[in-house]
This record gives sequence, structure tokens and C-alpha cells, in this order.
Amino acid sequence: MDRGEAQRAGLLVSAGFIDLHAHLREPGFEESETVATGAHAALRGGFTTICAMPNTEPAIDAPGLVAELLARAEAARGARVLPIAAITRGRAGKALADLVELARAGAVAFSDDGAPVDDARLFRHALEYARAADLLLVEHPQDLALSGRGVMHEGSVSARLGLPGIPAAAEETAVARDLSLLELVGGRMHLTHLSTAGSVELVRRAKGRGLPVTCDVTPHHLAMTDEWVAGSRTFAYDDHRADSTPKARRGVLGGTESPRWAYDSSTKVNPPLRTATDVRALWAGLADGTIDAIATDHAPHASVRKDVEYDQAAFGVAGLETALPLVLGGVRAGWCDRDVALAALTAGPARILRITPGADDWIAIDPDAEWVVRGDEIVSLGRNTPLLGLTLRGRVVQATVGGEVRFRGGRVGEAHAAV
Amino acid sequence: MAAPRAVLLTGDDIRRAVSRIAHEIVERDRDVSALAMVGIRSRGDVLAARLRDAIQAHEGTRVPLGSLDITLYRDDLTRIGYAPVVHRSALDFSVDDRVVVLVDDVLFTGRTVRAALDALVDYGRPRAIRLAVLVDRGHRELPIRADFVGKNVPTKADDDVRVHLAEADGRDEVEVLSREGVAS
Amino acid sequence: MKWSRRHILDTDDWSRDEIESVLETTGAMVEVLSRPVRKAPPLRGRTVILFFAEASTRTRVSFELAAKALSADVTNVTASGSSVEKGETLLDTVRTLEALGGDLVVMRHASSGAPYFVAERTSTPVINAGDGAHAHPTQGLLDAYTLRGALGDLDGRRVVIVGDVTHSRVARSDVNTLVPLGARITLSGPPTLMPAAWRCGALPDGVAYEPDLDRALDGADAVIALRLQKERQESGLLPSLREYTRVWGLTGARVARMRPDAPVMHPGPMNEGIEIDAAVAHGTRSLVETQVRNGVAVRMALLYLLAGTPSLEAA
Repeated sequence: MDRGEAQRAGLLVSAGFIDLHAHLREPGFEESETVATGAHAALRGGFTTICAMPNTEPAIDAPGLVAELLARAEAARGARVLPIAAITRGRAGKALADLVELARAGAVAFSDDGAPVDDARLFRHALEYARAADLLLVEHPQDLALSGRGVMHEGSVSARLGLPGIPAAAEETAVARDLSLLELVGGRMHLTHLSTAGSVELVRRAKGRGLPVTCDVTPHHLAMTDEWVAGSRTFAYDDHRADSTPKARRGVLGGTESPRWAYDSSTKVNPPLRTATDVRALWAGLADGTIDAIATDHAPHASVRKDVEYDQAAFGVAGLETALPLVLGGVRAGWCDRDVALAALTAGPARILRITPGADDWIAIDPDAEWVVRGDEIVSLGRNTPLLGLTLRGRVVQATVGGEVRFRGGRVGEAHAAV
Repeated sequence: MAAPRAVLLTGDDIRRAVSRIAHEIVERDRDVSALAMVGIRSRGDVLAARLRDAIQAHEGTRVPLGSLDITLYRDDLTRIGYAPVVHRSALDFSVDDRVVVLVDDVLFTGRTVRAALDALVDYGRPRAIRLAVLVDRGHRELPIRADFVGKNVPTKADDDVRVHLAEADGRDEVEVLSREGVAS
Repeated sequence: MKWSRRHILDTDDWSRDEIESVLETTGAMVEVLSRPVRKAPPLRGRTVILFFAEASTRTRVSFELAAKALSADVTNVTASGSSVEKGETLLDTVRTLEALGGDLVVMRHASSGAPYFVAERTSTPVINAGDGAHAHPTQGLLDAYTLRGALGDLDGRRVVIVGDVTHSRVARSDVNTLVPLGARITLSGPPTLMPAAWRCGALPDGVAYEPDLDRALDGADAVIALRLQKERQESGLLPSLREYTRVWGLTGARVARMRPDAPVMHPGPMNEGIEIDAAVAHGTRSLVETQVRNGVAVRMALLYLLAGTPSLEAA
């Protein structure tokens, strides 16, 4: 269907979503995701453009690898894929990669993502070098010493569960460092997947001082709290309990019921799911423009890396296909205007990347369609999401890339989806 | 609709039965000092205490008294699908070489007595074990017989015989509730 | 009350009635253990699998004695080190356990939450015999039973737990069992060994934190000292073991600050001379050996109660 037909069918038409942060795992971890599966999972989630993070094996740190990634993406005929290349060779945090050549080969930004550049001096030089070439650095702010062996947010829930915690300060001290260096050097710096109230406040003040920083949050950090590690499946914006009782928090454990959900490694993600207060602050940051974009940090994993003890599981949530309903949940709760939230999935990331997507990249959304997240319907090879079995509201009915319909929500039972 | 109810033993009947059984026990085993009363919880332990008191009244000897909880010895544990509450047994004397009178309120299939016998021998090796019951209602499923019986009562297998004793229930009475004629 | 739990993974969502019913059953089991024949037949024909993926002779032997006292057959599945090192994953082990076809699995594991992983993937009831820093439900229950024996009703009683609370599953299970019985808990110990949220005031109901052990012990009704792992010093959480002993070690003088005859407990094994003086460990107030004895009875009670739960198929 074309835009007019979609509108007449009562659907919401939007520019295609742009994801600043996705892991496609290829090359090196093809059992977890490939460029093709990731690019098609993206379409199901409404993303017509996704940025591929370079933590692959080998890392995307050479022009040939960028070219190869682009070729695979072209062949996949899914969402458009924009490569993000490594800042340092092999993402080892020791020596800068050839940033300018990588940019010429098609890298839209640079990041060491999961292995943030710990050495402040080297990161300063990266910023200086990138600034001269007007390149964008995407920084995953984390103080590795402070996060240590933590596997979830450090707070009351981690205390109760006996799991080592990652304090909010592990992110906030890194954000503060990065902002200081940006103030010193200048350039384009984007902070990805902020998760704490303190981080949002640091960025808010930095922007107030005129620093050229941008940032994003993930849908899971906007929807879930650390209580999810203990087995809760109540979205932050649906939680109206003044004080939750242990029974309610762990209700799945009682009696003869199955103990599923507590210590479910699908809730293990870095940065970790934070508290309800942090979630509220992320939404406030989104509403007042402190936060520029929503990015999925789609991190698919093969089951062998997740179907293990909580402390031994890999970090990451597969997020491309469920981003929209998580964001709409907060919109329905009145925590943010719909237009602002949708802009954070479209115009926001486009501005950060300095790209102008064509009008023929567009999607049709049924914001009220309810659907159940089922493992066998997930397009991504990663089924690592704590949303399995839950009912979500809002789904993408069609995704069009360059005027070509590349995804149609065929199995949807809703009346207006069958156009 | 209420089930037809009949009183099998009144308070007086129970008093006389206990007294008679006490006499019979002493007649059978004249060496009162070797006797011990062990009641099966619950109700058997109450009757055992009454028998002990009756023997003391007649003979002037206070024989040891114990109570047994036979839950752990039930033969239907794997079948009933839940774990019935286990109570503490109390046998703070040695049963070795004693004549132990096992006491229960109602003798029916014999399975409870079988369990009690198993439990009892885990405490030692009595010289003899006798069985005293207030009511024998028949329908045995095991080769077990009482040595002392308050009253033999013919019943239907699905009748419900209930023993009420003042110490536990506030009154003394044995009644039978018949299933017959009850709309199911 | 009728027992309805399938697994014993944590006591944090247990009602007071459930705890009471385990303690009552424990009393009956203590009586069984006092007989000349310390054995009863309720688990005859049942197999209890002891899956210990972390070394622990004491708890394993306690469970083994408990299972045997109820006439169960006992099989040990041991595993040392993490599953990654062995090349056998926990999932592989679960499949093996399922194939072995035991009636109950008792498991100890170094990872918090591992019993949830197993319970979710098997049809067999699971008893958590200690998982990482999370929970040790049978220790919490045996401590409650032991304290009841020494103090009677725990309503309004104040129990001090001192030591490495952060890494202690015993501390968590003691809190989860004693608080519903009416006790109040004062945690004490180095701030670096206290979970950050609890140190900063976000404590569970009925629990307080008092870093000064002398103040914590003043007028207390009982104290439980936790084992100090010597590695804590190496990881920078403690200046020295000597300083720990000076500030948080249980000495005779400290113990005397409690109410007269207030008992001293320890989950064992004790580092005498570090977290507890030998004289206190073996003194008249010490209930350490009573804890060990009661441990078998508590475990019998739980094995009995769980063996009675209908299997998944029957439910």
C-alpha cells in the first residue's frame, strides 16, 4: 500500500526509523546474527536504516571490512545498513584506527562500544583527530574498574538477589570524563545508551553550556527496571504501586508455580536495567530534548551464550523488533508526546548522523494493535528478550525502503493490516 | 441433607469401657511394673492417658505413658499427593522388655496399627505389644486383631465413625454417620 | 496448613505460617533422631540426588544423613569449578539430572540464581542448598529453629548478624526467615562488606545496620557471626584480617554486652581467631553444635514436605 492507502486504513505513517546502535555480529558471530537477519529484523521493527556496531571478529577497523559489510547489506535487501567503525585497532584501546580512510570507505561514525576507550589520553586524541576530519564518535560511557564484575544495577534488588552490582556511578563518572574531554577538545561526540538519572542531568547541564554533545537511550531502559531481574514483568510506565511487596515482585515463585523469570539472563544487559527513578528521568530527558535519539543497542545472542547461569551469561537484549511498542507505552502513560518520541526514532538520529533520508523510506504503524512476542516469530537470530510471552501494544504493519515494500506484517490479524 | 447419625457409645459407656479394659490389661499381665501405655495420636493418646489413670487408681502404680505419631510410617504417602502434617511423638522411656499396650480409638483396616507397630519397634524391643481399642468396627485389610475392645460395632465400609473425647473435643461420645441415603 | 510449594529456592516470599509449619515438622524430626533407630520410612523407594557444584562437605553430609534418616536412596553428582572450565554447561547437567530420574534434587552452586535455572528446566522438585551470595534456605530455617529452642518466641527479639553480609547467602536467608517470625535484625560489619543499598538505608523491613559492633551487641538477644573469606582482604575490601578481628571479631567482652545467656551462633566452618574467639566459639553460649544437629532435622522436614508435593504430571 502507498502512504495514502495507509492513512485511509487508519494507520499512522512515519518516516522510517533510524537506529544508531545495532549489533549485526557478522563477521565472527554468525550464529547470533548476520547482516541479512539483522537487516530484516530491523524492518519488522520499523527501522529502515540501522547503524552496525563494529564489535565483530575481526572488528570493523579496516576499509575493506567496511566495504564488505556494505556489500552484504546491499545484497540482503533489508534495512539500509550504515557501518560504524572502530576507534582503535581491534577495539583494543591501544592505537587509533585509520579513521579518515574508514570514513571514506563509508563509516558514518566511530565507536569501540562495549570496550570503551579506558585511556583518557587516547580518547582525547581520538576526539582531536576526529574533530579535524569532522567525524562523529559514539561513546559507550562506562568506567570498567567501577563496573567490575557486576552483572546488574547495584541497588536494593541486587542486594536481595546476591548478584554483584554495577553502580550508577560507573556510567556517570565516564559521562563526566567524556564531557570534560569534549569541553577541552570540541568535536562531535555522541553518548550512547544512557541509563541513569545522573547521566541525563550531566548531559542536560553540558548542553546548557553549549557543548556539542548528543545522546540516546534504549527502549529497554525506557521500559524495564532492575526488578525485572528478580522476575517482575511490569513496565515502568504501567507500575502504579506505591510500594511493591516481595510477593508481588517475586510472585512467580510461590506455590506450585513455575519459578520462571527470576534470574532470567535475558534481563542481563549493559548498561544494566536501572531503577524506576532512573527510567522516569530518561523519559523526562527525552521529553525536554536532552536526549536526542532512541537507539536499540540490539544485541542478539545465540542461546548457548544466554542459556547459562546469570553471572556467566552474555550481556545484551535483542531489541529491534520490539522497540516501537516499548516507546509507545511511555507515550500512552503521558510521559512524552508521541511526536517527540517518534522524532527520537527518526529526525533525531538523522541529525546526529547528518543524513537526510529519502521520503520513500517510510513505515505504516498500527499504534493500538496488540500482539504477543513469540520466539518462533522473531526474525532476528537472537531471541534473548525478556518480553517473550508478553503482550505488547503497537506494531509496524509495513516498511518501505527506497519506495520498495520490504516488510509487510502479514500475520497480523487486525482488520486494517491486511490492506 | 444431614447424614443419618447414631450414637454408638455415650459418655457413660466410654467411662465403663475404659475401666473394664484397664482391669483386663492388669489381669492379663499381672506384673504392672513392666507395663507401658502408648497412644496413637490423636485420640488414642487421650485414651491411653485414661487407661493409665484407671490402672493407677486400681493398682496404685503409675505406668509410663507415651504417644506415637504414625504419619511417617503411613503406607499411602506416595499416593495421597501431599505431605500430611507430622506431629512429634513422645516416648521418653525405654520400651525394651516392657509390655507395651498400644491404644487407639477405632480399629478399622488395621493399617494405622501396622504403622504404629513399625514405629514402636524403632524405639526398642518390647517383650510384648498388646492392642487396646475403644471401638472395633471391622473391615480389616491386614491380619491384625485387638487384645482389648471397648465395643465391637458392625459398620458399613463407608460409614464414618467419630470418637469425641472431652480432653480434645469437649465431650465424650462415639457416633456413626451413615452415608446411606445421603444425596451425593 | 497444607504444604503446596514445589521447590525450595528462597524463603523470601514465605509466609509466617509456612515457616512455622517447617519448624513444627522439624520438631517431629528431632524426635525421630533421638530414637534408638534414627530412621523412619516415608521416603522409602525415593531417590534424592545431591548435586553439589561447589565444595561443601558439611551441608552435603547433612542432607545425606537427612535423606537416609527418611529411608531415601541418595546419589551424589559432584562437579568442581565452573561449568565453563569443565566444558559441561549447567544445561547439560540439568539434562543428565532429568535423565537420571531422581525424585528430588538438592543443589549447591556458586552462581546466585542457579537453582532457578534448574527448577525451570526440570520436572523434579529442587531444594537450594546454597547459591552464590543469594540464599541458603535450610540454614535460615535451622537458625530459626535453633534460636526458637534457645529463646522461645522470637517476637521482638533482636538478633545481630556480623560479618561479610554482601557475600553471605546465610545472612540473607537468616533475615528472610527470622523477620517473619517477629525478630528484628541488626547487621554489623565493615561498610565494604555490606550491600551498598543496605548501607545507605534502603534496608529490608525489620533490619537495621550498625557498623559499630559494640553498639550493635548492646542488649541484643543473640548474635550470628558469618564466616570471613580471606580473599576479601586481597580484593581490597579490607585493610587487614588483624584489623577486622579487632573491630568486628566476636570476643568474650563483646559477647558480654548482650543480654545474659544470649546465644552465639555461626554457620560454620569457623575461622577461630578471626571472626570469633575460640573461647566464644566453644563457650557456654555457643549453639554451634546444636545448629549442626538441628540442620539434619530441618533438612528431613523439607525433604519430607517436598516429597509429598504432587509431581507436575499429577498436578
